[in-house]
Amino acid sequence: MSKQINVALIGNPNTGKTSVFNQLTGLNQKVGNYPGITVEKKEGICKLPRGVKAHILDLPGTYSLNTTSLDESVAVELLLNKNDKDHPDVAIVVSDVENLKRNLLLFTQIKDLKIPTILVINMADRMDRKGITIDIDLLEQKLNSKIALVSTRKETGIDRLKELIADYKNLKKTQNVDISVIAPDYFEQLKEAFPKEDIYKLWLVITQDVNFMPLKKTLFKDTSSFSTKSKSELKRLQQKETILRYQFINGILKETYKVDVNAAKGFRATLDKVLTHKVFGYAIFFLILLMIFQAIYGWSEYPMDMIDGFFASATEWVKNTLPPGVFTNLIAEGILAGIGGIVIFIPQIAFLFLFIALLEETGYMSRVVFLMDRIMRPFGLSGKSVVPLISGTACAIPAVMATRTIENWKERLITILVTPFTTCSARLPVYLIIIALVIPEGSFLGLSFKALTLMLLYLMGFGAAILSAMILNKILQIKSRSFFVVEMPNYKLPLVKNVAYTVLEKTKSFVFGAGKIILAISIVLWFLGSNGFSYEFKNAETIVAQRIEEKGYSANSEVYFENQLEEQENTLTNEEEALQQQELQERALSQEIASYKLEHSYMGYMGKAIEPIVRPLGYDWKIGIAVLTSFAAREVFVGTLATIYSVGNDEEETIKNRMEAEVDPKTKKPIFNLASGISLLLFYAFAMQCMSTLAVVKRETNSWKWPTGQLVFMSLFAYIVALIAYQILK
Amino acid sequence: METTVAHLKRGQKGIIKEFTQDLLPIKLLEMGCLPGNEVELVQVAPLKDPIYINVNGSHIAIRRDMAIHIALEIIEDNAVI
Repeated sequence: MSKQINVALIGNPNTGKTSVFNQLTGLNQKVGNYPGITVEKKEGICKLPRGVKAHILDLPGTYSLNTTSLDESVAVELLLNKNDKDHPDVAIVVSDVENLKRNLLLFTQIKDLKIPTILVINMADRMDRKGITIDIDLLEQKLNSKIALVSTRKETGIDRLKELIADYKNLKKTQNVDISVIAPDYFEQLKEAFPKEDIYKLWLVITQDVNFMPLKKTLFKDTSSFSTKSKSELKRLQQKETILRYQFINGILKETYKVDVNAAKGFRATLDKVLTHKVFGYAIFFLILLMIFQAIYGWSEYPMDMIDGFFASATEWVKNTLPPGVFTNLIAEGILAGIGGIVIFIPQIAFLFLFIALLEETGYMSRVVFLMDRIMRPFGLSGKSVVPLISGTACAIPAVMATRTIENWKERLITILVTPFTTCSARLPVYLIIIALVIPEGSFLGLSFKALTLMLLYLMGFGAAILSAMILNKILQIKSRSFFVVEMPNYKLPLVKNVAYTVLEKTKSFVFGAGKIILAISIVLWFLGSNGFSYEFKNAETIVAQRIEEKGYSANSEVYFENQLEEQENTLTNEEEALQQQELQERALSQEIASYKLEHSYMGYMGKAIEPIVRPLGYDWKIGIAVLTSFAAREVFVGTLATIYSVGNDEEETIKNRMEAEVDPKTKKPIFNLASGISLLLFYAFAMQCMSTLAVVKRETNSWKWPTGQLVFMSLFAYIVALIAYQILK
Repeated sequence: METTVAHLKRGQKGIIKEFTQDLLPIKLLEMGCLPGNEVELVQVAPLKDPIYINVNGSHIAIRRDMAIHIALEIIEDNAVI
């Protein structure tokens, strides 16, 4: 088989570049990161005529080769570096028929790099409606290039594009614009200093804002031979270059591109007026948010229950089918529980990204950014931070992933760092049970204290996020230029294919990216909870059996019996009742053994070891363990307490009863009182207890520095707030 | 009448004359915001900032602090109040 043709897809944002990519590659694509940086790398394979194959690389969207972000410099570096294994044999510039003029700017720049270049004019289906006519033949002549008129919506023009790629050797490599006219003396000097290098390439390397490590060094070993220019002089030259290119483009388009202005306007203007209206704009945005919430909370409940049920029965099945032993336990309680903990998030993530993809595809997202920017700015955030912050109330994981749309790195980083403060759905089970336990009955202005507490907790989450954003904005010394130029694309009907690909790809990247880490920590937690070195741990069965014989069942089990028998009332015969009694006793025994084992496992000792630390917050060692294990995920809190108190099932009522009955052995006061309850609520409101979020933050920032900082800061903050609350209320 | 993009009213159009600050982001120029081109103010965000303009066929939103540096001459005064 002959060598694959390397193709780079490049183009302005909102030109449908991704649609072209999807059309060319179908499902033959994979998404990764460029080594060492967080820029997404999308590549795929395309089958061309005559059995040839092409490797297609979808470069990050950019308006020009004058880079202002890491994403864009990836594109430029690849185009300049002939030694890169992905260096394109042919570049495809994707443009949008309505914004052809602006898109051609990038095209002329790439053309000037002397790379064979094909121009794709996308969204050809809109030409009639917009009154646009193009003389393609003349345009090809003027640009010295081949053009494919494509409609990804109608799926036309793709075959011609494939033909052109296969035939890339016949593409002309002539330059379009001679940029040396903007400063003839300067460029003459450059030419003398580096006679072997291409002038335009040199110019790009000199003017880039972002560092291009290897390339820049090799070019500038010897800079003594010509005088460099100051930054602002270079800037002015860049402006001149842009103007020069537009002059060239305007000249060409005057002859080849006609628009009937009257056909254009209308729909867009009307919709804009409503969607960015000072009342309706916010109202519509609010309604859309409500719908997204409803979807994430409500609709994903069914699939989540199904997944939960599936993993519960899978665990059961493994335990019953495989021979008992450490290996079986590892699979059932470590690996399966771990995978279950990953898969359970899929519905929420998929729903969230479905909506985000829809909002982005339609062009509505830019309007939200426009509406919210001014409100977010004082906090070091941008209009684009709104979506992640709101999605955070469902789950911080997709929310952190959704920050990718923020180009400004500082604003994006702040958004990532503060998002976990918003009250995610995993905190809810913890909140609900503790509120039910410690908040007294009664009401204020018709709202019960319990409901008010819950609302207050949500507000505190947002408050903490906004406040820490303000603080971070002051301390973080990150140089990233704060400019805000947001394109307001035309409204479009979303393409089902694009939306589906996005949802699939984001979900996949969560499952395989963050999933690995969640699985690893679950296994560690399982190991710590099910192993121990002490005599008590190893002989738990005999010790517990002996204890029951001597002193009877523990108070915990008595409560359990009562609850179980209550449920069935007296419809049973004596015989059945005796049988059931026996069954219950067996179950109670194994639960007591499990509880005893946990107490004497590594985890149990860790709980006892940290008791001095959690004591000032009003917690005993059992709550300490629950707090420790809920580092994996907050909702584990309830499950862990259930195991410790050896309550047979997860039914909230029974756990609640048990928690209520729990007393401090020394003071004889209830463990869960108003003071310790409030302290727990506050701790859960602010602490960073979610390894999945940490894993995602690590992935998105590509460094352990930020998740570690987040963990330390949030936990300390939570500790201090909980401490103060407990000490005051005690 | 001479003014800046930040002073346009909705529906008003003008021709860009010059930039009163050198270091305007090159991105703005690339979007077609160049001297000689026509600008129309399409929308203003509810809190008066950012503003939404149509320049040379590109629809973009920019913040006021940047718009104030784009000087222009008004050509068509059919402001919507």
